[in-house]
Formats: sequence, C-alpha cells, structure tokens
Amino acid sequence: MALKKTAAVELTAQEKPESELKSIWESLKLSKTAVIGMVIIILLILIALVTFITEKMGIQILPYNPNEADMSASFVAPCAEHWFGTDELGRDIFSRIMDGTKISLFVGFSVVIFSMFFGIILGAVAGYKGGVIDTVIMRFMDIMLSIPGILFAITLMAALGKGLDKAIIAIGIVSIPEYARIVRGSVLSAKESDYTQAARVIGNKDIRIIFKHILPNVISPIIVRATLGISGAILDTAALGFLGLGVQPPLAEWGDMLGRAKGYIFSAPYTLVFPGLAITLAVLAFNLFGDGLSDALDPKSRKR
Amino acid sequence: MGEVILEVQHLSKHFTVDKGTFGKNKKVLKAVDDVSFQIHKGETFGLVGESGCGKTTIGKMLVNLYQPSGGKILFEGEELTGLKPAQRRQYCKDIQLIFQDPYASLNPRMTIGDIIAEPILINKLLPADQVEERVTYLLNRVGLANHQRNRYPHEFSGGQRQRVGIARALAVEPKLIVCDEPVSALDVSIQAQVLNLLSELQEEFGLTYLFIAHGLNVVRHISDRVGVMYLGKMVEIGPKKELYSNPLHPYTQALLSAAPSIGNKKKERIILKGDVPSPINPPKGCRFCGRCFKKEEGCEGYVPELKEISPGHFAACRLLSGE
Repeated sequence: MALKKTAAVELTAQEKPESELKSIWESLKLSKTAVIGMVIIILLILIALVTFITEKMGIQILPYNPNEADMSASFVAPCAEHWFGTDELGRDIFSRIMDGTKISLFVGFSVVIFSMFFGIILGAVAGYKGGVIDTVIMRFMDIMLSIPGILFAITLMAALGKGLDKAIIAIGIVSIPEYARIVRGSVLSAKESDYTQAARVIGNKDIRIIFKHILPNVISPIIVRATLGISGAILDTAALGFLGLGVQPPLAEWGDMLGRAKGYIFSAPYTLVFPGLAITLAVLAFNLFGDGLSDALDPKSRKR
Repeated sequence: MGEVILEVQHLSKHFTVDKGTFGKNKKVLKAVDDVSFQIHKGETFGLVGESGCGKTTIGKMLVNLYQPSGGKILFEGEELTGLKPAQRRQYCKDIQLIFQDPYASLNPRMTIGDIIAEPILINKLLPADQVEERVTYLLNRVGLANHQRNRYPHEFSGGQRQRVGIARALAVEPKLIVCDEPVSALDVSIQAQVLNLLSELQEEFGLTYLFIAHGLNVVRHISDRVGVMYLGKMVEIGPKKELYSNPLHPYTQALLSAAPSIGNKKKERIILKGDVPSPINPPKGCRFCGRCFKKEEGCEGYVPELKEISPGHFAACRLLSGE
C-alpha cells in the first residue's frame, strides 16, 4: 500500500528541467563589473528605445530637437539650459548624444548579427567538412584577417558608397573571420565527441548534426565574442563616422560628432569630450559585461 | 545455428598517419587488416583483444562512422560498402551502436526524453502523436521512470546513462546492436545489471549482438561465439565453450591464462615478452610472431590464414595449419 502511494506521487510530480540560465545568472551576479556593465547596457537600450518611439510618435522628450540648428546659440559652454553645451551650429549636444544612442546600438547589434550569421555558417561548414572545403574557407578568412580591419572597412565603403546600411555591411564583413575561426575550432573538437557520433549512428543528416547537436554545445564562446563584438562594432562605426563615411548629416552619430568637433578641440573642448565619453561608456559597458559573461558561461570558473 | 545476419569479408581500415613528402615515407596505420567473420541471427558474437587491436574500429565501420578502406560488409545479404550516404543511412534502422562511455555519448543539451525520441522522429518510424508513448515504453523497459524524461544527462549516474544509451539504440527497433564495451566504464555491481538487461532485451526483441570487450570474463558471460583479435587481425574464432576450454592460438592461450579466476590457483601463467608492436608498419607475416612463446623456425614472414581446425573453430597459426 505504502509502496503504491509513493509510486503514484512520483508519477504526478513531473520534474522541470533545471534551468541553466538561472545558474549563469547566479554566477554573473557575483561579478560587480559585469553587473555595472549590464546596468549601463540596459540604460543605453532604454534611452535608445525611448528616443526612437517618441520620435516616431512626434513627441519631443529631449530638451531640444537634436537636428535643429540655432546659429544664434552656437558654442554655448555647458550650462543649465545646455547641459553638455552646443556645437558649431548651435545644436544641443546632450540631445544629440541621447539621440545618437539608438544609432550606435542599432549598428552594434546589426553588425554582430550579420557577421555572426555568416561566421557561424562558414566556420561550422569548414570545421565539420574538413579537407579542401576547410582549407579554402579558412585561407580566405586568413586573407581577410591580414588586412587591417578599419582599412578594409573603408575600402569596402569606397566600393559600396556612404550611408549607415553600407557601414553595417562593411563592418559586418570585416568581422566575419573572427566568428568563423571561433566556430570552426569549437566544431572541430565537438565533431569527434561521442554524442556527435551517436547522432550520426541514429541516422541524422549533417545539417541537423551541426545545428542540433554541435552548435548548442559550442555556443558559449560565440555569445561571449558577440558581446565583445558589439563594442568593437560601435567603435568601428564611430571611426567611420569620424572619417565622414558613416551616418550622413544632419543625423546625430557619436563618431560623426567627434569628427566635426575636432577642429574646435581647443576653443570648445566640450563639443569633443562628451561624444567621446559616450563612446567610451558604451564600449566599456559591453566589454565589462562580455568579460563577466565569459566567466559565467565557463562551468569550471563558475562560482557557487 | 541461425541464418547469417552479418558477414564481413576481408574488411580493412587504414589511417594515413603521415602523408610524407610527395608520397615518400608515407606512414599508414593498419587498424583493421583483412578481417573476415560471420554473425548469425539471434546470437551474441564476442570480440576480444587488447586496446588498439582494432575491435572498436570494426564496430564503427559497421555503423557507418568509419568508411572501410577495403573489403565488404554484407547485412542480410545486402552489401553496405559503396552505398551512397542517403542509402547507407537507411541501414541505421537495422544496425545500432551502444557506446563505451555513457558520460560522453549523450548530448548534454538534450533531455533524455528527447534523446530517445530523436531516432524515432528523424527516421519517421511513428506518427508524431505516438512517439511520446513509445518513449515511455522504452524508458520503462530499460528500467528508468517516465517522470525522469525531462531531466538532462548530467543528472544521472553512469549506469542510468548507459540505460538511456540502450533505450536510444532500441528506439529504431534494430536487428543488430554493436555493443562497444558497454560496461567497461561502469562499476562492477552496475556491470551485472546492465549485462542482464542486455540479455533480457535480446530475448525479448530477438536481437543479435556484436559484443566488443577487452576482458574475457564479460565476454564469457554473454557470448555464444567469440572472436579474438590481435593487432588488426582476427587470430581465432570459435564457439564460447570450445574456445575457453581448448584455445588453439598461442595468443588466446596467453590471454586466457592472464584472466583472473577463482579456484585452480596453480594455473600456470603464460607471460608474453615485449609489447604490442606499433600498428604503423607492423611485422610482416604473422603479427604475433615476435612475442609468441611457441614460435618455431619458419614462423617469421609466414602469413597465417584463418583455418577451420575443428568444426566452427578457426585459428590463424602456422603451427596449427600443419605446414
């Protein structure tokens, strides 16, 4: 009787799978720098969303219209009306920096998604298939890596033309090899594992083995690289903007603001300092978070 | 003896270790070299030999993990070697593999329910609504509870994981299962349980086993016939009783004398000299020659063939073939 009862209890108590996300979060929480990075990232995303939505709805939430010139108020030093001062055309720098957040984040995420997509496919195919296919893909990636990144991106921009979308594609292409390399290395080791062989024995096709059995097991280093890649992409976009190749005026973009302000570095340093700080903060946030994530995703270094 | 379900003819697997410069000094590892044997329906064929002798390589060739370098694999009279990948995949349903290491052979990101359901789904063996039921049945059959299906492999012990591995192999209703040292990674107490489970399943589903092991004791417990391998070659095949009571090949004799046993303690141990030679550029002729305690003049350089010494009992040794 007692035995029967326990069996019934066992059957009804369907156990839920232990959440791995939860344990990652637990260990991420322990790293102060990672939490600081994450808070800044969330703040940046909020700013980007709010400015984007209010702009679409036609509500002005920023103190000034970021793109409206007011020649009578050019080069106002930081004060109560203009917290970060105004630029050479009298545009409020604080409003422009807030407005520029969405562009930097958008570029950061798009570039990473773009390069991750192609990087994962190329790396997975190279690692899994091996042989000639591997050699061809990876030597091509080596060629791309041998050209300095920003120079390569500028060359691509010269071919593609100016504009934000072109900048995303150019920076995205430049970052593909990094992902391809990481993915290939991970796939190479996972390919020989018993569970991959087991997947083949039960009749899986190669495509399914790669996406269902190999990639989920090697995703951690890719996620870490992607987080760090966002900061790299923000920096690269700023560099292209600085060179005048990214976003076209009058849209506000941090790198572009920096580039325009370089002529007034001595007369009005605040036009340069604040966009520079914005870039630094965003890059720092993603780097801190990425480092913390890399520790949290590694089960061996995970703190309990 | 039943009909032949699997026949292996002159099977070889060579790995190129070093390509050399323009084909010169090429190093080839002959993991399996010209091996032939048959397995009958419903029996358990034990394959023994020390590590590196090629027994696992044979198993992996049977389940399409390695492509043979030469020879033929015939399953129910159909040749499997040389089939296109899509056609070859059809035979996954018939020949399955149970892995040696239950800690490595289960995908850590899949629940055990998904692991067992996967072979049924990808081979489209059942309509989707019946898969659930079948997984429940398989779990219960191998001694796991249905409420454990949503757990991940790392939550199970080695013995339980090996049961999951067995359920996964059973899911496609195979005819032949290659058991690649399925108990050597387990505790002795668990070994017996898993072996008994395998025997029960064999009876229930009419399975045929190719049972790979390095210890003679486990093989003795479960096999009907036994094949002994040495350095990529089959040296002796015989019915279990015959082989254990009357080993013909010197290597089998040495192997048997090394197996620990209770009782006749005065048994003389045959101690072999030297180490197993490297399978890269192995000795020409009889591969056991350098370590053989019965070696005679004329043995060196002689290539012994497997010969039927008594009915069903084959051995490859010059001294036995009477030349």
